[in-house]
Amino acid sequence: MNAEKIRQDFPILQQQVHGKRLVYLDNAATSQKPLAVIEAMRAYYAEYNANVHRAIHALGEKATEAYEEARKKVARFIGAESEKEIVFTKNASEAINLVAYSWLNRLAPGDEVLITPMEHHSNLVPWQQLARRTGARLRYFNLTSDGRLDLSNVDELINPKTQIVAFTHVSNVLGTVNPVREIVERAHAHGAIVLVDGAQSVPHMPVDVQSLGCDFLAFSGHKMCGPTGIGVLYGKAELLHEMDPFLYGGEMISKVSLEESTWNSIPHKFEAGTPNIAGAIGLGAAIDYLESIGMEAIQAHEQELTRYCVERLRAELPGVTIYGPEDERTGLVCFNLANVHPHDLAQVLDQEGVAIRAGHHCAQPLMKWLGVSSTARASFYIYNTPEDVDVFIAALKKSEEFFA
Amino acid sequence: MLDDLYRELIMDHYKRPRNRGKMESPSVEMALNNPLCGDEITLHLLLEGDVVKDVLWEGQGCSISQASASMMTEAVKNMSEEDILKLVENFKGMMRGEGQPHADVPMGDLEALQGVAKFPVRIKCALLAWEALRKGLADRHGGDSPVDL
Repeated sequence: MNAEKIRQDFPILQQQVHGKRLVYLDNAATSQKPLAVIEAMRAYYAEYNANVHRAIHALGEKATEAYEEARKKVARFIGAESEKEIVFTKNASEAINLVAYSWLNRLAPGDEVLITPMEHHSNLVPWQQLARRTGARLRYFNLTSDGRLDLSNVDELINPKTQIVAFTHVSNVLGTVNPVREIVERAHAHGAIVLVDGAQSVPHMPVDVQSLGCDFLAFSGHKMCGPTGIGVLYGKAELLHEMDPFLYGGEMISKVSLEESTWNSIPHKFEAGTPNIAGAIGLGAAIDYLESIGMEAIQAHEQELTRYCVERLRAELPGVTIYGPEDERTGLVCFNLANVHPHDLAQVLDQEGVAIRAGHHCAQPLMKWLGVSSTARASFYIYNTPEDVDVFIAALKKSEEFFA
Repeated sequence: MLDDLYRELIMDHYKRPRNRGKMESPSVEMALNNPLCGDEITLHLLLEGDVVKDVLWEGQGCSISQASASMMTEAVKNMSEEDILKLVENFKGMMRGEGQPHADVPMGDLEALQGVAKFPVRIKCALLAWEALRKGLADRHGGDSPVDL
């Protein structure tokens, strides 16, 4: 793939920041949007804006068709059996909350929920609350010293009491790729369901829910070239059928009387109210765009950039600490420099046109485990080039000098 | 641009922070963190009547939060609670570009932090120690004053 050419598809990357070429390395927080996505959303609003699933008129039919077509694209993209297994949410957090709320009346004291210390708060706090409200026990995997899940006590951790196992596919801090298939097999052997947080994997590598075997997969649109405000919950049809709705209102009902209501079929019973139609259409366009490049090519490109970046960090910045496993990592690098606080680093880099993230990355328990209050993070995507890494490294050296 | 933020005096306080430590039995202890970035500060105050006789602090954070804490402890020693609260309002006013309401309480060296106001995401860094000070003094009179960062 040709990253320089891809870069031309992104209007935002054509600008200068503080008089310098914009080097955008905060992709794990959110990705930029190609013209194709912006145009798809503009076309919806300019040409066929209408509500979905209700209107008996031309615009309404076209809008409904485009919205449902986006659902089919998502289903195909992640290998779901049917588009009925795709619920549109506002983001990955809402998708996880949807499942957690549905289990409120299914858990009892004595049950166990198993998660990991490397979760983004979005896949930690909902389970913490679920455990607190139901009396279930919240348990955690251990981590190995290099930041992988420690599977040595997995037979004790996943046991007949385990009802839910939830973990991230890829860590947004360590870049670790977790062994989904292996954990799913053990969880299913004990009748537990598995939710995978795909926010950092679906945008960056081929993900197939049927080969992973997970029961749920949550991810957001805005990290994969799509707009903000649209997320996805994939759930196995038989589970979605059994689950209670999470939000009540219009669209999600079948029949309403003054006394009671019955629910629409899946996935609609989980989509109360007018959905983010433009968002779904934008996400569909983003999937088309990513597929035109190819997920395997994207993964290889990011790994190559990460390898180059880590190599130069190690060779040229003696004060650097890099977090996460040596190999089997995705396209992000979390690090600290010995004498520069991450905020100060991000500030100096910004002046050089380089956008990175500094902070706790919504993973405070993991920061505690790492023994730091925050880190810097550079994360790559399709439009990043080796030249971006060169500018980044030069800017790091500049900040080291500034704070020496 | 960067030189507006990282003034010499700020870098000096960052590299050689004043009044770091904790007290055996402080009159006021207040711990506060900035949820956006995880920066933390713990403030110990020793009061005689309504005068702050001594201030010590511990914490982790960026140069701006650490320098601001260090400079704050130097500024408020031997000041009355009333004057300190005026100084806090002046400082917040300077950070938020709203001006300083209390001309009778001069800012002195603290003016060096004025450049932070041009960097919106860093304002909370500079305010953390000051808000811990304000809340610590307010809570002394009972209650749990809401954090205003």
